[in-house]
Amino acid sequence: MNKQAIIETVDLKKIYGMGDATVAALNGVSINIEPGEFVAIVGPSGSGKSTLMHILGCLSRPTEGKYFLDGEDVSDLDNKQLAAIRNKKIGFVFQAYNLLSRTTALRNVMLPLMYDRNDTQTAEEREKLAREMLEKVGLKDRIDHMPQELSGGQQQRVAVARALINNPVMIIGDEPTGNLDSHSGADILNLFKEIHQQGATIIIVTHDPRIAAQTERTIELRDGQVELITHNGKS
Amino acid sequence: MKISEVVRISWEAITKNKIRSLLTMLGIIIGVAAVIMVISISAGTEATINDQITSLGSNLIFITPSFNRGGARSFTSNNRGGLVFSDAAAIDQQVVGVTGVTVEQGATETIKANGVTLTSIEILGTTPDFPTVRDMKMANGSYFTQNAVDLKQGVVVLGSTLATQLFGTTDPVGQYVNVGNFQLAVIGVLAPKGAVGGVDYDARLYLPITVVFQKFTPSQFARFRGNDVRLIYVKVDPKAKLNDVILQIQLLLYKRHNVTASSPDFSITTQQDIIATQESTTAAFRSLLAWVAGVSLLVGGIGIMNIMLVSVTERTREIGIRQSIGATSDDIRVQFLMEALLLSALGGLIGLFVGLGGSVVFGSVSGMRTVIVPSSVLLAFGSAAIVGIFFGYYPASKAAQLDPIEALRFE
Repeated sequence: MNKQAIIETVDLKKIYGMGDATVAALNGVSINIEPGEFVAIVGPSGSGKSTLMHILGCLSRPTEGKYFLDGEDVSDLDNKQLAAIRNKKIGFVFQAYNLLSRTTALRNVMLPLMYDRNDTQTAEEREKLAREMLEKVGLKDRIDHMPQELSGGQQQRVAVARALINNPVMIIGDEPTGNLDSHSGADILNLFKEIHQQGATIIIVTHDPRIAAQTERTIELRDGQVELITHNGKS
Repeated sequence: MKISEVVRISWEAITKNKIRSLLTMLGIIIGVAAVIMVISISAGTEATINDQITSLGSNLIFITPSFNRGGARSFTSNNRGGLVFSDAAAIDQQVVGVTGVTVEQGATETIKANGVTLTSIEILGTTPDFPTVRDMKMANGSYFTQNAVDLKQGVVVLGSTLATQLFGTTDPVGQYVNVGNFQLAVIGVLAPKGAVGGVDYDARLYLPITVVFQKFTPSQFARFRGNDVRLIYVKVDPKAKLNDVILQIQLLLYKRHNVTASSPDFSITTQQDIIATQESTTAAFRSLLAWVAGVSLLVGGIGIMNIMLVSVTERTREIGIRQSIGATSDDIRVQFLMEALLLSALGGLIGLFVGLGGSVVFGSVSGMRTVIVPSSVLLAFGSAAIVGIFFGYYPASKAAQLDPIEALRFE
């Protein structure tokens, strides 16, 4: 390992329940993801891929094991520190887009900047940045639209712009094409590829092998453990 | 997140659902308006009482009959409960420190004049001292003289309201008024005095008390014990001690009525007693209303808490989204707290204008005096803000404690 890994996990475990009635959603997961990689995490339901995504996305903490994100041990941070990590280092794209309703595309994209405690930008600078992001995802003429005025594909593009605006170290896509028709889904996947080619680290959680096949590497989970890592022969 | 952004987000949340926000604020609006109106009405009443003290002076004594219940007394004896006309003359002559005495005896009659009929008008028999003792002035003509009382002349002085009702703008002096079955000559009109202590001095007729005794309140017992009067006014010399004068009157009347101090047949009240009673009534009324206003503020606060709790549940997903992009629980708490604060402050502001407007309208419609007290505005607005923070805290904490994963899954 000559480069600093973006993600390094050591024997991650997530155990639910107490006493004898415990369930290990993750049972010793050790993975590495290098900067600039485009990775898919797959597995059947119950395999632990959502749990892994929540931990990787700093939405929850592992019960045991270590998680280094961008070289920093984030396994034992408190809620407030995790929130700051989510804000600065992670960009989420969800299956259900998860935009704030009755809030324009522009303000949705600006939102992560608002929660940045160290942000010194003026409102004008933030707005300019958000406009640039929306242009980048091809929504230049939809900037002041409300989410409900946009198609599913367009809403997901807004979500991608929001994920990118804080210049995160990685993007996590949770079934990002799950709610879209195949055409829009392909569009979004192409958008991810484009961003990847510009140097972004992307992790997509999916159950669809055809989507996983378009990434560089597939990490397959089963019963809370890594079952198989496949290189898709692209790099 | 900057506070200006928090305010902006909260403001957007409030204006997104205007009807609901208005209904949420209604309790606070009513509470604040009630506080302001209650304070302005009671301040107005206090000001009115103060004016009465200055206009009437505090050196007036009222003597009224007090009928002893259960006492089997013969009406032929002199000790039947009540005051008689001759008591007034005795007080005037024998008590030291008295500058004027007058009496009242009244009846209610239908009066007719100039083609106008008025029913249930109070006619008041008095003596020539009445305007002096009660501090009333003539607008026109003159009051009747002692001569008119002695000769039982059929003359009458009109209160200003009555004069206008009967004669409009024409001069009533020299005209005639039919009171009951008798025709009386108008010799004067009193200047407006207004209502004092619930009695409208301008809607009455004033005539020699002897005429009232003879024509309107004849009594078969009068020749045994004198004519009853319902009230004796005694004006005390400002230099004399009020209590000394009261004591002299008591001793004199005990003797005249043949009663003892333990079972008197009259009672003595001073102007100060009446004012004190009015003040304590006003104070009780005010504290009652203040409680009602306080309770409605409380209810308003509970209303805000209710809606905020509903709002937190409804917006669980929004909270999850905000958390996923980096909002801390403090950010979420501050956002919902700000929303509650804005709701109650806005409600307080609307209530403020409703209360101020309401005080003015109430004052002009009811004729009661209202005085807007600047500190009440601060009090009402401040309590609205405190209510908002107090009742907004629990829903805001509930929102802040949501788990981001659970919140994002919420449908």
